[in-house]
Amino acid sequence: MISNLLNPEILIDQVINGLTIGGIYALIALGYTLVYGILFMINFAHGEIFMFGSFGGFWALTYFVNRGITGNHPILCVAVAFLVAMVVSSVLGALLERIAYRPLRTAPRLAPLISAIGASIFLQNVMMLIIKARMQVYPDIIPEEFLEMGPVSISYFQIFIISGSVLLMVGLYLFIQKTKVGKAMRAVAEDREAALLMGIDVDRIILITFVIGSALAAAAGVMVGMYYSQINHMMGFIPGIKAFTAAVLGGIGNVVGAMLGGYFLGMAEALGVLFMPAEYKDVIAFSLLVLVLIFRPRGILGEVVSERA
Amino acid sequence: MQGPFFKHIPLKAYLAALLFCLLLLPPIVGNYWTQVLGDIGIYVMLGIGLNVVVGFAGLLDLGYVAFYAIGAYGYALLASPQFNIHIPFWMMLPLCVAMAAGGGALLGIPVLRMRGDYLAIVTLGFGEIIRIVLNNLDPVTNGPRGLLRIDPPAMGGFVINSPARWYYMILAGILFSVFVADRLNNSRIGRAWIAMREDQDAAEIMGINILKYKLLAFAIGASFAGIGGAIFAARQGSIFPENFSLMVSINVLCLIIIGGMGSIPGVILGAVVLIGLPEVLREVQQYRMLAFGGLLVAMMIFRPTGFIPSARRKLEFREE
Repeated sequence: MISNLLNPEILIDQVINGLTIGGIYALIALGYTLVYGILFMINFAHGEIFMFGSFGGFWALTYFVNRGITGNHPILCVAVAFLVAMVVSSVLGALLERIAYRPLRTAPRLAPLISAIGASIFLQNVMMLIIKARMQVYPDIIPEEFLEMGPVSISYFQIFIISGSVLLMVGLYLFIQKTKVGKAMRAVAEDREAALLMGIDVDRIILITFVIGSALAAAAGVMVGMYYSQINHMMGFIPGIKAFTAAVLGGIGNVVGAMLGGYFLGMAEALGVLFMPAEYKDVIAFSLLVLVLIFRPRGILGEVVSERA
Repeated sequence: MQGPFFKHIPLKAYLAALLFCLLLLPPIVGNYWTQVLGDIGIYVMLGIGLNVVVGFAGLLDLGYVAFYAIGAYGYALLASPQFNIHIPFWMMLPLCVAMAAGGGALLGIPVLRMRGDYLAIVTLGFGEIIRIVLNNLDPVTNGPRGLLRIDPPAMGGFVINSPARWYYMILAGILFSVFVADRLNNSRIGRAWIAMREDQDAAEIMGINILKYKLLAFAIGASFAGIGGAIFAARQGSIFPENFSLMVSINVLCLIIIGGMGSIPGVILGAVVLIGLPEVLREVQQYRMLAFGGLLVAMMIFRPTGFIPSARRKLEFREE
């Protein structure tokens, strides 16, 4: 397997894979980090929000395919699918915050965590009943073609996912840094009570945070659906944990850290496959998580200390 | 129990009467329900063990299934045709406890410094790692094909192989677990755990060695799962990696929370409701997990202490 490392083509292929999957992890990780930055709670149901987003896009695309309008306007259809997915997830995220988390904001720490686990189980089973526990196949819209650049080949999907995730992240960064709402989000994360005294509607900002995190997860969900082409009700679990790992790697609560953590994890997994059997891919993420928490609990960039948890 | 008559009957008498009723159950309810009661019983044992970690010591462990798996695979590997080793059940039982406790300590060491949410995620990851390893370590565990023809426990010529015999065996296990857990709760160790759970920093200042007591909680909690796992493996006769999915950890956690964290009667009630009720309501089985999830959220909002809360927990959830 070591010989794989010396083969530049395989190496470059894996780097591209790492960038693709890393972008997806980063998008999901942002949802964890945004919520953690403000509420100091892990939104355990975030993986399920991602899953519902994926299904939102799936339903929209399936509708378009059945209507036979994907042939003429493939790009428009994909854009609408993303929009539908984001709306589905945002509404869900807002409901989740309203029903399962807001009443527990002043409760002991264990309560919102358990409530989140409950919400996660609930949402998984809602979807299981909807799809009758069957694997669903994502419609092919973007043809699976490869762009050849010398020895390197990269599929249009991968270009699309890599650029799309970067675009969304840049957008989020600008939103948080430049807009008034973004400023309010930073203020609430810094000191909730002081923000309240300054006239910021904290409840509204928290709701907005959930909506933004959910919309990003939805985008990741549609990307995963198109990339792997099969989805089911359990699809949120593993990416959810991995994205959480990415958020911790980057220093949970830190927005740029979550993005870096996502790419780092994606790369580690893609390159790790060169050293060990692919079945142990999931073990990499968990081991990384444990190691980081032991040796550098603040993460790569660091912000919130684990002792606070 | 308000009347003057009931007031004079000590609690022990009630418990003795309850135990007597439990002893008479198998012939009355028949084989099928005896089997169901056995399933519930195993979950009671797991619940009592996890209750030590979550309820007493306040460490949210989402990978409890890992120790259950260690107990089950530990027994199955050394008492089945897999390697043609057949160590008797009664000798294996302490060994399984030791293995699970060792696993608990092993997990405990790296996560000692973490609190709350981080601990939950890391333990969850640990549970998944164990399952993935069991699934892929083909030469030892047979992978997804599982381990078959595991020996049942035997004493001389008396083999524990019928539902009724298993029922009494599990009942004895529960009584033992309840006894140990109750004694622990009222011991110096138990009080140290409570202090640690309620305010770790204050407890440390009072001279409680936090690292030691966290490790103890993990190791002791895990040993209950070790017994449960060995019993599970011997009772089923065959085990597969899917028997040890995250859902087991979640189920055990749910039954503790619904029953009342930190309270042993609560754990028993929780197991009866959570594991027994779906058997009664067969037709709605597919909605079972849906209801669990909703119930967890609702419990946290409306009754975070569970149905039979421990007195101290009740106070704890009221403050702030």
